[in-house]
Amino acid sequence: MTQTDLKPTQAHTTNAPALEVRSLNKTFAPTVVPVKNLNLTVERGEFLTLLGPSGCGKSTVLRMIAGLEHPTKGQVLIDGEDVTRLSPSDRNIAMVFQSYALYPHMTVHDNIASGLKLRRIPKGDIEDRIRDVVDFLGLHELLNRKPGQLSGGQRQRVAVARTLVRRPSVFLLDEPLSNLDALLRENVRAELKQLFESQQAPVVYVTHDQVEAMTLSSKVAVLNEGYLQQLDTPERIYTHPANRFVAGFVGSPQMNFLTLPCDGQSVTLGNRRAPLPTEVRTDAKEITLGIRPEHVRLAREGESPTVEGTVSLVEHLGMHKLYTVQVPGKMPMTVRSLIPLSHTHSDRPIKLVFSGNAIHWFDAETGDRLNQD
Amino acid sequence: MTKDIIVQRERRVGWLLVLPALLLLLGVFAYPIGQAFWQSLFNQNLGTQLTSEFTGLSNYARMTQDGRFWQTMWNTSVFTFFSVFFEFLLGLGVALVLNQSFRGRGIVRTVAILPWALPTALIALAWTWIFNDQYGIVNDILLRLGLIQTGINWLGNPTLAMGAVIFADVWKTTPFISILLLAGLQSISEDLYEAHRIDGASPWQSFRQITLPLLMPQIVIALLFRFAQAFGIFDLIAVMTGGGPGGATETVSLYIYSTVMRYLDFGYGAALVVVTFVLLILVVAIAAFFLNRSRAKARGVN
Ligand SMILES: Nc1ncnc2c1ncn2[C@@H]1O[C@H](COP(=O)(O)OP(=O)(O)O)[C@@H](O)[C@H]1O
Ligand SMILES: [Mg+2]
Repeated sequence: MTQTDLKPTQAHTTNAPALEVRSLNKTFAPTVVPVKNLNLTVERGEFLTLLGPSGCGKSTVLRMIAGLEHPTKGQVLIDGEDVTRLSPSDRNIAMVFQSYALYPHMTVHDNIASGLKLRRIPKGDIEDRIRDVVDFLGLHELLNRKPGQLSGGQRQRVAVARTLVRRPSVFLLDEPLSNLDALLRENVRAELKQLFESQQAPVVYVTHDQVEAMTLSSKVAVLNEGYLQQLDTPERIYTHPANRFVAGFVGSPQMNFLTLPCDGQSVTLGNRRAPLPTEVRTDAKEITLGIRPEHVRLAREGESPTVEGTVSLVEHLGMHKLYTVQVPGKMPMTVRSLIPLSHTHSDRPIKLVFSGNAIHWFDAETGDRLNQD
Repeated sequence: MTKDIIVQRERRVGWLLVLPALLLLLGVFAYPIGQAFWQSLFNQNLGTQLTSEFTGLSNYARMTQDGRFWQTMWNTSVFTFFSVFFEFLLGLGVALVLNQSFRGRGIVRTVAILPWALPTALIALAWTWIFNDQYGIVNDILLRLGLIQTGINWLGNPTLAMGAVIFADVWKTTPFISILLLAGLQSISEDLYEAHRIDGASPWQSFRQITLPLLMPQIVIALLFRFAQAFGIFDLIAVMTGGGPGGATETVSLYIYSTVMRYLDFGYGAALVVVTFVLLILVVAIAAFFLNRSRAKARGVN
């Protein structure tokens, strides 16, 4: 039999997702349970971002996929094959570490070649593959330098080159941009997006930065305290947050949350009563209304405002001004609103209108989303 | 060229700051060494003559003919090579184990340093008894195990005596190397090992390609220190064998001590000191060269 197929990572079962984790759990100590019953699938060509606050278990998930950490329960499947018991070296994954983890005593060339040499790829092939990647990322001048002689951005590129050259089944990236300054981060972010769009293998990307998650991903998994909060496209995460946590975590400036008295059919908002959408009807005495500052606008001449109040703080954000408005009443509230730069703030009460179709309703106790759209 | 002015000023401040240390070194090292070199040009033996007499390099000529000098040189080399060799292997092993996290690591670490912390003279006395042919615990154990019929005279046999002092020295100074290497191991980031595993490396490959190169600065320092100490070994051997039997464990330091303190031959003793000193400096200079290179390598510049 003459087999010339050089792609050992071809799926055994053609329909299996490129990466799947099934009811994954990790317990470090009885009180430290960073990952709870996580299920995810990532298809070929997909870019999945694990988004969540610091300490929510993102890195732990990534490390379990890589095999650096053993799950307490659950399975990791790559191309349909259960790799839970395999060591990192047998999984054909590649990872960019937050610290980049470049070998300080090796040149850039040797850093990039390391994974191929260890896998006994013929020398000629190694050089060919390195040349491709180096052309692609423009690393020619750096090949003979050591990591200590590179800038942060250059190190980051070398770390990415080291994963690309491997042609792995799955790319894993753990906060790869967090050590770069703001401007560079924006450039590298755009570059990463292009770069991984041209790759077939799926990417799992960890970040606590919602902008990175929104701009890079085809799918975002929001995690909090070890639980998956929502798995959706970036657009849906933004327009249809599954609960109050996601709504508050994604979007800047943060969404306004107003807890309002409710009688099952309608709520009291300021001095008005407003009917609840039919699908939101609830028995609870209170309900949480969520609205993003960009959907709170100034009332036009003669339009009746949703709320009225006094401006307590004005912050210039460049494109807009962010007003913090104190709304008096039986239950005083604070509402933040994005206002055009042209508006000049006076001491008179400001009249605000909530755009009706941008209102989110959440259960006041559980935080779950109540309205469908 | 503001940069040059800043660099110049830093240099000047640097020199100013090391000046006191330099003066001190001059006083306590350079002066005695210079004095020894001066004295080595004289024939001054308080045992046979009272006035010293300038004889040029005759003491050095005498050294080339001195069988006892070459014998002690050989003994010192054997002792240095074997003790440093085993100390390094064991010390590295211990450091690798102590670098793993396990229960009670703190206690094990403390216990592991103990031999190093104890005074050498006392340790040597203890080992003398351990190797004693009549009452020693080594012979006792071997007898009980039935491995030997009569007690071995460990410190009375030339080869065995050398083995015994090397053994005692290894026991005493392995902790020094392991503590030094442990500090080096702890400075290697865990990320590197993880990245290397993902690259496909086995633990042995990681040891060869990550641990050893990044630990090289500490390895060179440890070897350098141990070489200098072992080459000048005195107290341990003086107590355990006194250089015996029949000069089989006499090292250069012991010979110099006898020459000066017993035979009162100051001129020749000074010449011995100078030669030993030059040899040591040579080796240290070579080692320092490698040290700088491996440092630069591990730091990722050069
Ligand atoms: N090796 C470990 N031993 C004990 N606790 C750990 C370990 N690694 C991580 N943790 C804990 O697990 C939680 C999740 O950590 P991590 O996955 O690194 O969070 P993230 O990457 O989202 O910031 C944290 O509370 C952290 O302290
Ligand atoms: Mg993390």
